[in-house]
Amino acid sequence: MNYLMRRLATFPLVLLGVSILVFVAIRMVPGDSITAMLGTEAGLLTPAQRDSLAAYFGIDQPWFVQYWRWIGGILHGNFGISVTYGRPVLDVILERFPLTLELALLSMIIALAVGMPAGIYAATHSEKPSDLGVRVVAMVGQSTPSFVLGLLIIYTLSAGFGVLPAMGEFAPLWQDPLRNLSQLILPAITLGFAFAASVTRIARSAMLDVLSDDYVRTARSKGASARSVIWRHALPNALIPVVTLSGIEFGYLLGGAVIVEQIYALPGLGRMVLDAILQRDYALVQGSVLFIAFNFMIVNLLVDLAYVGLDPRIRLGEQ
Amino acid sequence: MTPLLSVSDLRVGFGRNPHANEVVRGVSFDLADGETLAIVGESGSGKSVTALSINRLIDFGGGRITGGSMKLKRANGSLFDLMAATEPQLVRIRGAEIGMIFQEPMTSLNPVLTIGSQIEESFRLHRGLTGRQATAAAKDALDRVRIPDAARRLKYTPNQLSGGMLQRVMIAIALACNPRLLIADEPTTALDVTVQAQIMALLAELKQESGMSMIFITHDIGLVAGIADKVMVMQNGQAVEQGELNQILDNPQHPYTQHLLHAVPHFANGRATRADGQRDKDVHAEPALKVDGLVVRFPLKSSFFSRATGAVHAVDGVDFDLMPSETLAIVGESGSGKSTTAKAVLGLVRSTRGSFSVGAREASADRSARPVQMVFQNPYASLNPRLSIESILAEPVIATGGPVNAKTRTRMASLLERVGLPKNSLERYPHEFSGGQRQRLCIARALMLNPSVVVLDEAVSALDVSVQAKVLELLVDLQREFGLAYLFISHDMAVVERIAHRIAVIYAGQIVEIGDATSVLSQPQHSYTKKLIAAVPTIERRRDHFELDTRQVPSLVRPQGFEPAPARWEQFGGDHRARVEV
Repeated sequence: MNYLMRRLATFPLVLLGVSILVFVAIRMVPGDSITAMLGTEAGLLTPAQRDSLAAYFGIDQPWFVQYWRWIGGILHGNFGISVTYGRPVLDVILERFPLTLELALLSMIIALAVGMPAGIYAATHSEKPSDLGVRVVAMVGQSTPSFVLGLLIIYTLSAGFGVLPAMGEFAPLWQDPLRNLSQLILPAITLGFAFAASVTRIARSAMLDVLSDDYVRTARSKGASARSVIWRHALPNALIPVVTLSGIEFGYLLGGAVIVEQIYALPGLGRMVLDAILQRDYALVQGSVLFIAFNFMIVNLLVDLAYVGLDPRIRLGEQ
Repeated sequence: MTPLLSVSDLRVGFGRNPHANEVVRGVSFDLADGETLAIVGESGSGKSVTALSINRLIDFGGGRITGGSMKLKRANGSLFDLMAATEPQLVRIRGAEIGMIFQEPMTSLNPVLTIGSQIEESFRLHRGLTGRQATAAAKDALDRVRIPDAARRLKYTPNQLSGGMLQRVMIAIALACNPRLLIADEPTTALDVTVQAQIMALLAELKQESGMSMIFITHDIGLVAGIADKVMVMQNGQAVEQGELNQILDNPQHPYTQHLLHAVPHFANGRATRADGQRDKDVHAEPALKVDGLVVRFPLKSSFFSRATGAVHAVDGVDFDLMPSETLAIVGESGSGKSTTAKAVLGLVRSTRGSFSVGAREASADRSARPVQMVFQNPYASLNPRLSIESILAEPVIATGGPVNAKTRTRMASLLERVGLPKNSLERYPHEFSGGQRQRLCIARALMLNPSVVVLDEAVSALDVSVQAKVLELLVDLQREFGLAYLFISHDMAVVERIAHRIAVIYAGQIVEIGDATSVLSQPQHSYTKKLIAAVPTIERRRDHFELDTRQVPSLVRPQGFEPAPARWEQFGGDHRARVEV
């Protein structure tokens, strides 16, 4: 508990660092939001019009004044207004987030459901042809770019079976679960494939390590069956690297999956952030990066807590 | 009567072509009911592979049984062919009829499961017990191996218990279903000598209670004297000699057996201690190293921000001096502070208090100003695998700011020759050398700077007996030639007996007895020294059972500001003195 409190206490510090970084970084990109918003018409503005627009958006101030205003707002729960959407930044993010979260969860479930058994199978059949097969597929899975896989899936379905992935207006899970799943299952498979390949590889190597450990030999000397050796003795010891990898991958996915969202026309966080950068929507970029960083920290914390549950030797917060 | 286990012409190979790569080459023995067979040999002799072949665990270790036969007499008298058995059949034999304990108790138990559930598993598998019955059986099993407070200990995970306790848990698991054969593969090698004595006593008692047979595998022929009925000596995958215990110990035929027996300590009359270079009592020469009131404490903090609430008193007031050409052995068990003492002498840990004076000889042109060097325990881990031998030997010179020139290279070559390594070694890498050769490299590295004192921290502990003997010989020769003073840290009394001029026994961070080796070994005065020496297996004390002593080493954690009472010493002639016990 004590540990949890201390970990949570470091969150504001990290977020402060992230906020300064993103604030400065987005302003180092050439161009400004007025040009981005008005396109070629921006050239028609008189300097006076431009100045008054800049004053309206507050971007005429020195950067530290802008930063100070922004941070002050956040402390009051106000993340600013997105210039592209004309709505509060937090509303825009929270509207997009459920899809991203669901997609990330689905991909992880697919990855673990496929990767764990495949990895365990390969480890227990090490150096046999079946192990080699799993390893080749995993290697292909890890090295296939998601746009290739996504396009292949769409092409095969439409050209081969005449089915199109469910597109159109996105249906949230709580409104129309079936339609929601049919919209998300293909993107989730696309993302989950590479994820599953990584899980397979790490599960295989962790299991191989563990299976040669002394306590596995002890279990066998007790008369434990092959199944019990794998599931009861080896697997719990092999989970830590899998949890580490899954945590990192999941954290990345919570930041949005730009390419897959683009291919399947999904309104997720990734595309929103990309658009916001292109539009120089400073408030939205800053707000969403902070939001993504916060999610990542939560995921890391959960991973560390999972270690404690998995291995009694790990005591958090002790030296 | 049919023997319980009959093994004949067992052959085991490894790798892709097991027939061409045999590690066990035709081993045969019979084991009667209630009998104990000791298999003795060095690493690579095939003794563990033989053991793992009996319950066919070798199948999982990459080995293949390539020939021979193994028959086990089952409880109902029928013969079971271990060689032809299928895995489902073997699963019912393992744990039920053949129990096994291993060398490393620290890694042989599953770290994520409680010891209770690991013991219960045996009862679940072979007795069909579940729930409360299994827990009760597990508690009884812990009681049986004399673990106090068994009911509470069931909930512990392995990291919460000491090595000796874990080995008892292993024994409890192996004996849970009363197997008629127990295979013990170096069960005490990783343990301190007094803990070893406890485990040996426990095994002897349990064997008496249950009447089981035992195969006891060890590299220490002294250890078998107290437990075995028959002995088989293995070398290079073959049994070079086997027979009754007395016959092997008193009248060994094979030179290898004789060699192994030679390495066993004989404390009684001091005839095995060194006779050369004893300290000259009249001349008060300048010591090579003098340590005064050394104290090393590690503060304990409950959290990062809080102040120290106490300290681990790792070394608590240690004094000794070391003359040139003399070996002082510091003996003690793990956690006694012997390695911390060595590290403090070298400045590898910061001493809390105390003074050192090094410098019998002035620093001069050919004698470096850093006269203390070290040789570590594990020759596999203490040489950087990415550096050539030339770079490794140059390291001490570079570290002290010296030039690496033709003179340095001449010195490298002459030292390599001196420690008995081939001339072309300089361009080679550590992995091309055996354990013994690597330790010779470490010794050469330590001598590069021409030190006056060499600290040898368990320097031969990782080596096999025959290699150990050669390295010890080399150390003695080098000592004579260069007038080196050795600070020899060891837990192994047999080694200490052969290299030490003087012995300091250290217990809970303090020296409890110090004196010349003959006197300390043959007339120990302090109760701990007596216990330590009594625990060392020797051939003289055959069938002399170890007593079961469960005392634990006291905690070294003291409250903040604690100071130990000043030591009072009692003299026992010469320079032999022991701490007065309260």
